[in-house]
Amino acid sequence: MAEIEIKNLRKEFGEFVAVEDSTFKVEDGEFFMLLGPSGCGKTTTLRMMAGLELPTSGQILIDGEDVSFKRARDRDIAFVFQMYALYPHLNVRQNLEYPLRSQRASSSLIREKVAEVAAILKIEQLLDSPVGRLSGGDRQRVALGRAIVRDPAAFFMDEPLGALDAEFREEMAEELRALHDRMRATTIYVTHDQLEAMQMGDKIVVMNHGIIEQFGVPQDIYDWPATKFVADFIGSPAMNFLEIGHQELGIGENTVMFKEYPIQVPASVQDFDGSIDIGVRPEHISFSREVDGISAVVVASEYLGTTQIVSVQVEQTILKARVPSGEEYAIGSTTNLHFDPRNISLFDHHSGRALLSEGNQEVLING
Amino acid sequence: MSYSVTAPSSRTKLFSGLVVSLYALITLAPLLWIIATGFKSGQDSIHYPPKVLFEPTLEGYVNLFTTRTRIPSDQVAKEPASMSWYEEIVNKKGEMIAGPSKYGERFLNSTVIGFGSTALCMLLGTMAAYAFSRFKVPLKDDLLFFILSTRMMPPIAVAIPIFLMFKNLGLNDTYLGMIMLYTAVNLSLSVWLLKGFMDEIPVEYEEAALIDGYTRFEAFLKVVLPQAITGIASTAIFCLIFAWNEYAFAVLLTSGDAQTAPPFIPTIIGVSGKDWPAVAAGATLFLVPVMVFTVLLRKHLLRGITFGAVRK
Repeated sequence: MAEIEIKNLRKEFGEFVAVEDSTFKVEDGEFFMLLGPSGCGKTTTLRMMAGLELPTSGQILIDGEDVSFKRARDRDIAFVFQMYALYPHLNVRQNLEYPLRSQRASSSLIREKVAEVAAILKIEQLLDSPVGRLSGGDRQRVALGRAIVRDPAAFFMDEPLGALDAEFREEMAEELRALHDRMRATTIYVTHDQLEAMQMGDKIVVMNHGIIEQFGVPQDIYDWPATKFVADFIGSPAMNFLEIGHQELGIGENTVMFKEYPIQVPASVQDFDGSIDIGVRPEHISFSREVDGISAVVVASEYLGTTQIVSVQVEQTILKARVPSGEEYAIGSTTNLHFDPRNISLFDHHSGRALLSEGNQEVLING
Repeated sequence: MSYSVTAPSSRTKLFSGLVVSLYALITLAPLLWIIATGFKSGQDSIHYPPKVLFEPTLEGYVNLFTTRTRIPSDQVAKEPASMSWYEEIVNKKGEMIAGPSKYGERFLNSTVIGFGSTALCMLLGTMAAYAFSRFKVPLKDDLLFFILSTRMMPPIAVAIPIFLMFKNLGLNDTYLGMIMLYTAVNLSLSVWLLKGFMDEIPVEYEEAALIDGYTRFEAFLKVVLPQAITGIASTAIFCLIFAWNEYAFAVLLTSGDAQTAPPFIPTIIGVSGKDWPAVAAGATLFLVPVMVFTVLLRKHLLRGITFGAVRK
């Protein structure tokens, strides 16, 4: 269907830079996530790609063709809005017909396509109701239907599940993903929900303050975040950071020191001399009663069914560990921490960027 | 719709009922009196004490639409028996119909000018309001203020310059002149009101239409206008009421071909003594178009005047 490429895309609103020189590529048929906190420029990026906003500079290529300054209707894309934006003066059927009417499609083709789309989305029984009477989920289905009906080259979705109830959101997310797997159309999806992005996306772009922080498959981004922001934003609970102060790191070095304790880390592939923060996911922390690790005091524990989140205090820092719920940790007791050496990231304390190691170099050099 | 937490007590209901009835009485009484006077005979209309019950006659309406001459009393009976009902009414008073009056023409003028200027005002107003609402117009705030400022003095304050301008341009006593004038006066109101309505319509609808393959203008026509219909209807009513009732400019700038009904109605008094039933008949008929227009659009008007008050 379509391959979309963004080259040095930039958008300024007066003094304010909404998107800063972004570059990424969406492969044909991919379910592509634009993820970031509100105000990070993800929606602006999507709107530029859709032609609802003009870029200040840079290029947008759809299948190799530069569409940066083309009208939205000349880009052969469909857009699903967060607030659905169904035409309120039309009923469901007329809403679905609308994009086809603009193309002056024959009425037999319109009937056929609308019936087909209604069947895919299971909204046949709603076709003659006014859109005002639909539930949120049905509205979103109709909005999806209006996007699908035209067979566009790509779908752009701006937080399409944002207005739904939590319970229903999950159901719709599955439906959406199933729909995509069936149609295999390039889809670009904006969300601020990291779980949604991990769950549904083939690839994720993480944005913050108009800057692309990282770009890659969900697993890589989760395991090997490029910056502290990404590490913190993705995962729940977020990645733990432990400041270990000034260190000198040579190529091949695989130990850093926290006070007098050595911590095993993936071998460094760069020289570094400066303040370092250790980043470790909650599930890569384990406890032991022996006295060979970093000692910590248990401050809280949250029961989550099969696992529990245990918060421990090391010096002034609170770390959260995900451990099996069978084990018991009394609040106030002392325990020793072990970090899984294969899954530790090191960050430059000042720039927040990850230091290259044997673990993450493959991911970060490409991303 | 009741927003009260408790049901109103019967005393509250009685009180509010009384207040509403009293208000209705105050506003409706003059109107009813005018309508009633239209159906009275000349004597009944000036009878003292005023007559509430009377024998209805169409004399006033016949007088309104005709000019008459007095005929000598000996000739009254000689008139052919095949008189139509309106000739009979006139004949009874010892008069005969000399020809139609100008009321029909004036009424038509009012209709053309009133509805014409309202239509033009809506056409220009919706487009201007849309542009102000959606686009980055250079000096937008200043322009909007300028448009509003044209309403800051009474329009009649500029009557003399307009009269001179119209005279030089040959616009005195023409449809075009009056339509232009009323449109200009109403445009500030319509731009401001409509901009408020346009602002309430989410931009996403148009964006959806733009992506669905429509041009900006098609999106405006097919998506924005249907949703702005409430605002357009209520604004149109305000514009029509102004243009329809306008008196001062009409007296000054029209005298013949394009004279509207408001300056014409008072002249009926002078034709043959104080013909109050004819004046009342003229006023009654004059009320009808605006009333019909308002009733037709009342659903929109009610929603329109409360717009923005409640979140949908």
